[in-house]
Amino acid sequence: MIFLRKFHGLLIPLGAVISALAIGALIIAILGANPFEGYLKLLEGAFGDGDALADTAVRAMPILLVGVGICIAFRAQVINIGGEGQIVSGALLSTVVALNLPDLPAIIIIPIVVIAGIVGGGIWGAIPGALKAYMGVNEILSTIMLNIVAIQIMNYLLRAPLIDPVEIERGTRIPQTERLSESSDLPILIDGTRFHLGVIIALVAAIIGWLFLWRTTLGFKVRAVGHNANAANYAGMPVKKMTMLAMTYSGAMCGLAGTVLVFGSQSHRLITDGSSLGFTGSAGFNGIVAALFGGLHPLWTIPSSFLFGGLLVGANAMQRAIQIPSSLVVGLNGLVVIFVVCSTNIRERIQRMITISEETTQSDTFTRTRATNG
Amino acid sequence: MGEFFTISVLIATFASGVRLATPYLLAALGETLGQRSGVLNLGVDGVMLMGAFFGYWTVLETGSRLLGVLIGILVGLLMGVIYAIATLVFKADQGISGIGIFLFGLGFSELLFLEQVGTPRSIPSFEKLKIPLLGDIPKVGEILFNHTLIVYIAIALVPLLTWLINSTTFGLNVRSVGETPSAADSLGVNVNKIRTMTILAGNAMAGLAGAALTIQLGTFQNNITNGIGFIAVALVYFGGWKPGGVLAGSLLYGLLTAIITKWKTLGIVSGATASLTTMAPAVLTVIALAVIARRSTTTPTALTIPFSRGD
Amino acid sequence: MKKNIRILLALLSVFALIVSACGDDDSDSSGSSDDGIRIAIVAPSAENDLAFSQSIVDGVGRLTGVSEVAITPGTFIVEEAATAIRDYAEDGYDLVIAHGSQYGGPLQEIAADFPDTAFAWGTAVDTFGLPNVSAYTAASNEGGFVLGQLAASIGSNVGIVGPIAVGDAKLYVDGFQLGAEAGGASVNVTYIESFSDVALASETAAAFVENGADILTGTAQMTVGAIGVAEQEGILWFGTQSNQTSAAADGVVAASQVYHWEVALQSLVNDISSGQLGGNTYEINLSNGGLVIEWGNWDVPNNLSDLVDSVSQSVINSEVTTTVG
Repeated sequence: MIFLRKFHGLLIPLGAVISALAIGALIIAILGANPFEGYLKLLEGAFGDGDALADTAVRAMPILLVGVGICIAFRAQVINIGGEGQIVSGALLSTVVALNLPDLPAIIIIPIVVIAGIVGGGIWGAIPGALKAYMGVNEILSTIMLNIVAIQIMNYLLRAPLIDPVEIERGTRIPQTERLSESSDLPILIDGTRFHLGVIIALVAAIIGWLFLWRTTLGFKVRAVGHNANAANYAGMPVKKMTMLAMTYSGAMCGLAGTVLVFGSQSHRLITDGSSLGFTGSAGFNGIVAALFGGLHPLWTIPSSFLFGGLLVGANAMQRAIQIPSSLVVGLNGLVVIFVVCSTNIRERIQRMITISEETTQSDTFTRTRATNG
Repeated sequence: MGEFFTISVLIATFASGVRLATPYLLAALGETLGQRSGVLNLGVDGVMLMGAFFGYWTVLETGSRLLGVLIGILVGLLMGVIYAIATLVFKADQGISGIGIFLFGLGFSELLFLEQVGTPRSIPSFEKLKIPLLGDIPKVGEILFNHTLIVYIAIALVPLLTWLINSTTFGLNVRSVGETPSAADSLGVNVNKIRTMTILAGNAMAGLAGAALTIQLGTFQNNITNGIGFIAVALVYFGGWKPGGVLAGSLLYGLLTAIITKWKTLGIVSGATASLTTMAPAVLTVIALAVIARRSTTTPTALTIPFSRGD
Repeated sequence: MKKNIRILLALLSVFALIVSACGDDDSDSSGSSDDGIRIAIVAPSAENDLAFSQSIVDGVGRLTGVSEVAITPGTFIVEEAATAIRDYAEDGYDLVIAHGSQYGGPLQEIAADFPDTAFAWGTAVDTFGLPNVSAYTAASNEGGFVLGQLAASIGSNVGIVGPIAVGDAKLYVDGFQLGAEAGGASVNVTYIESFSDVALASETAAAFVENGADILTGTAQMTVGAIGVAEQEGILWFGTQSNQTSAAADGVVAASQVYHWEVALQSLVNDISSGQLGGNTYEINLSNGGLVIEWGNWDVPNNLSDLVDSVSQSVINSEVTTTVG
């Protein structure tokens, strides 16, 4: 009982994750495969060796970037579900810049495209931010719409102005740009793996996000608003500016994710499959979940994104091994999210019960002491 | 372009527009009810996908479209139970749990399809039901009165829901629970019970929307909704939380989609520029909103805030 | 709340790392066994999509000299396909088939990194000048032409639902159009700009029907949407890439042009077994039996099967033009 009391804060979300995974194991078993083998392959595929860890880190990187942006946005009471569109905008702008500056050395071009990504995503975040701040347009609506717009702009650009001239020659017309100049490739940092500079960029962004929130006055105000929406007034920060800041910052992080996705990719070009999610891999959504699991704290979003990236990478390995489609893991992700988010309430209730029982015990003791000393 | 502006082509396009609007309308109406009572469900797309798969599978196995629709509603209800428990009992953050529901529906609908069906096989689609007399009116009749039963049901739900929300006690309770739940509670309204009902109804309608979509198309595919559920949520805001407004938004979407498809088949737009026209509905929605920018004042005040007595 | 979730995260990360470190180390199998070579396929859609991806899976399934086939379907995200291709190469597969024109970019980079692995790219004609890369394509215009003429002898108004005007899709659409027009039918073509959007394919097919089409055809994974419309409206469908008869009730699918990739790939497999890893381009066509017209489930009148034979012959003899431009 004492054990439960002390560790309930941890056991309950742990229990939630385990329950979700247990349901997953049940489903795997029903589908005729071995759940233990499946989960083992999943873990191996995600964390099993250096290669896997590198893949997981690379997969986690856009999720982390989006998540850091969300930490700031959600704390400022702005719901940014436009991550997908902002990623695309950042990717597009940095690709266009790189295509027009082909002969620069890496030292110069890489920072330039990074900035371009930040600007591209920032603009795409600022639009719904301005719409909300100055025209009262709800950000859930505008971000959903702008996602669609960004994706279609990308489809258009990749079919017409930006298309690889080689594709036109060959008549194959695949919607992709030409291969970007090698100097703009994000360098691989660990030979033999796919671990590239983008991961470091994401980690740096997370640290900057943390510094912003905890070491700047502006960041303090954002956190204050996060604790209590009315605090914005007391913090002396006009709501409109706060909204603009939050959306722009968040968009900028997503844009940076887009840049890193393109310049760190194996094809080294911007390519789409003609439909919506072919480029981002749903990082725009996964980043939100990762941020929430990290308690909207940029540094804790790091392990959170890492775990998500691992799950996604491992899912493909699991699919190859036991022939269960990787969509199981997508569904399980959803289940884990629901269970864990529910579990926080149980914990709070138990916390309250414990506090009440402690107070009762204390006051009992007090009364008895008074009685005996009477 | 001249070919497009012939009467017969225009009529066919408008008729398609009404038909295409139906899944948006059904899902958005359900979400409207939920949001009026203060509950946001971002997972509508996931519920639609589950309803779509089970509806498809039912028709595939039994041949009965009616059964498929009913199963779709049932699946939506079950998802609604999950969501109601998460939101009302555990008071989980509605934005996050909604995304959880979306991922759940996306993943499991695809998994079930790949495992249980595998090869995409077509299923019979809905049959058209011409309304006697009204359907014979030239031009207008063809646009409005020559559709499948599900379209009529969806449209009929608009005045029904409007009446329900504005003129019944239940509707009054829903509205008060969405605006000032503590006041409603002190007047004896069971806040969570009302919200349970709206959540269940809303998700049932999302399940119905999914089944309607897949039976309309005659087939199933991974992520067949392609974001319709999210647009439906957006349409609730666009429509000012009124069924009539939601109808307008859904028709806008349906019509624009129909026009663009028609332009593509007539060769008016092709290749790369087709992408630009595809985004037209989204752009128009944002512009329309910025112009009619009074929306945020009609938001149900308690939207997304869980209710606890004594708060 | 936040603090506890963080602790949970930390624990989970550590747990994951420990378990995976203790897990079985799956040793990479390397080299080919005497029973045949190991083949891996990376494809953009489901392996039973009755279209593009199914064609390669079926084809590889008919090869001899193969000891193992691994498949990663559904990788329409190019980055994921690239990862799969690279992983298969690292796992020591002898032949990695990148079945998707959009995979060319990463393949060029990956093949250069694995000179001892054979790669095949389809549908494509470019081998990047690398000795371990082969390319394969289908002259789907040939069968398309035959089916088009066949269609024109049954109906008079053809609607073609195309994906993106690239590769074998464009070849098929052009061939069908030419064949149908040679047979006297009128033809409408729409490219829906997607390989996978079933809903859009369905809408497009419906629009064709509204315009009076009595024959429908198309290519790529999204055709199931159009086939549904064909079934609904009682219109004949002509299929390609795989035998699409089972996609609808009997009598809907008149005939399909089926890709028999094994006709092209068998010689590649034989070459690899004897040490030559690639460098060639392969094509399946009517003449080498790589393209086969297969009928659907209906009573085919003799005059129609004779028509198919004679048109096929004239295509093989290059007596007619089956491509545009």
